[in-house]
Amino acid sequence: MSTKLRTALVPYLLSLPAALWLGIFFLLPLVTILGVSLMTGNSIDGWTLTWNFSIFGDAISTYATQFGRSFLYGGISTAVALLTMYPVAYWIAFHGGRFKSVLLFLLLLPFFVSFVIRILAWQFILADDGIILGALKDIGLIPEDTHVLSTPFAVVAGLTYDALPFMLLPLYVALQRIDRTQVEGAADLYASASARFRTIILPLSAPGIYAGIVLVAITNIGDYLSASILGGPSTTMIGNIIQTQYVNNADYPIASALALILMVALMAAMAVYARVFGTRTLQEHVT
Amino acid sequence: MSGATAASGRRPRRLAGPLWRRAVLPTYVFVVLAITLVPIVVMILYSLNEAPNGRLSFSWHGFTTEWYHRLFEIPDLTDALVTSLEIAALSTVIAVAIGTPAALALARYRFRGRATGDLVILADIAAPSVVVGASLLGLFVYLGVSRGFGTILIAHVAFNVAFVVIVLQARLRDIDPSLSEAARDLGSSPIQAFWLVTIPVIFPAILSAALLAFALSIDDFIITSFVAGQTLTFPLWVYGSVKVGIPPQVFAMGTLIFAAGVLIAIAGLFSARRSARQTA
Repeated sequence: MSTKLRTALVPYLLSLPAALWLGIFFLLPLVTILGVSLMTGNSIDGWTLTWNFSIFGDAISTYATQFGRSFLYGGISTAVALLTMYPVAYWIAFHGGRFKSVLLFLLLLPFFVSFVIRILAWQFILADDGIILGALKDIGLIPEDTHVLSTPFAVVAGLTYDALPFMLLPLYVALQRIDRTQVEGAADLYASASARFRTIILPLSAPGIYAGIVLVAITNIGDYLSASILGGPSTTMIGNIIQTQYVNNADYPIASALALILMVALMAAMAVYARVFGTRTLQEHVT
Repeated sequence: MSGATAASGRRPRRLAGPLWRRAVLPTYVFVVLAITLVPIVVMILYSLNEAPNGRLSFSWHGFTTEWYHRLFEIPDLTDALVTSLEIAALSTVIAVAIGTPAALALARYRFRGRATGDLVILADIAAPSVVVGASLLGLFVYLGVSRGFGTILIAHVAFNVAFVVIVLQARLRDIDPSLSEAARDLGSSPIQAFWLVTIPVIFPAILSAALLAFALSIDDFIITSFVAGQTLTFPLWVYGSVKVGIPPQVFAMGTLIFAAGVLIAIAGLFSARRSARQTA
């Protein structure tokens, strides 16, 4: 009996340190953030819990534009990344041959460049007198006052670029896993190329599409670096607001409320997506 | 043409296929690849650009390797890089130490709470960084913990643990649990079986989990920006210098980190291929 009890305890003991760490530094903060958002005060006199629920209404009405913009930029960049990378993942998985691993490796190279430097490099590329615009202006193809930085285009471009390798990986894994004999069998039965794509390849790669969309959309909707480095005052995203309110203005309640709203909105969006398109395990595509 | 293939006993092939497959798609793949590599080329190029007043401008002034010789001449930047390396190393060690047993529990045992454990790990990976960073800062403010090296380390372990668990869990599911059972049958204690059988078998996976954790830590910007206080890591220093002008050393360091990462990855791929060949 006691050995049985001891064996039953083993998994709990093994996972205890990690469970404690994640419990205290990941789950607990998600609860305390609700408490922080319901406080009033300031950093000098201190904060008191006043159950100020109206903060959520205020937060939404004040920052509706930035919320909308985050979902818009995040949505566009996710869609563009998906449409860009699907044919790439398809070609590598089905026709990559012996160059498969080399191509994948090259396409994943951005992973080895620091996130901030990746975005910074785009600032150099898109700058008014940078590599592209500078050259085009020198030969007189575009007017001198053309600029790309500080526009929504620059921010979405940065977000899209950053999403490409994250989108490629789950798509490739899903496409690679498809049983080739199924596709060949359909060809033997005279299914046209487009019919084979629509009825076999596309549905079987759906889990990869789902995983790619979820990973990229969450990251991009919550991002603020791209808007901060490539954007201007008119491209502020909700992440920028949360960061400035929290770190620069020390307005903890409003920043916490915004973070909570963002999390709830993303969870709702994911739930709706799962409802509509069905969910398969995201987990196996993360690695 | 289809008549000829049918006669030779093979299935008829559509005509559009080869052109689409042989020319259009590969060209497209190379265009995407080129776009992927542009910022990397820009980083390397500008690390070799002359900068008369020590700050990079967008235009090209001429080739120089000066910045690699004067890599550590900006004390604050060097300090930030050292801080980043220290936090990456420490958070990797802690995350592997507490993540490995947790992965073992989740992959090998059936117990109440396992599904919750899986869910928490997944949520930790999927949660938006702003929310993770903001809520952790909320906790520290709430408890009156002053922000700095310690709070950055705590945050980095918190996201690295999840990645370590995910990577190891996948590997543990692939290997045969009867290996350690055999060790038990031959009279070893559970602890001996763990250290002498399980750990050596999953060691390559532990190594790749550790490399991933190290890379994630050294790269993290958003979560760190919330919990750093006055302490600066490499990404935070770079971000802070955007408004005053980037010293070329930033791109030189970025290039060296990139080169180191690529070399380690290639070495890893080759050793994995060799060990696969040995076991085959």
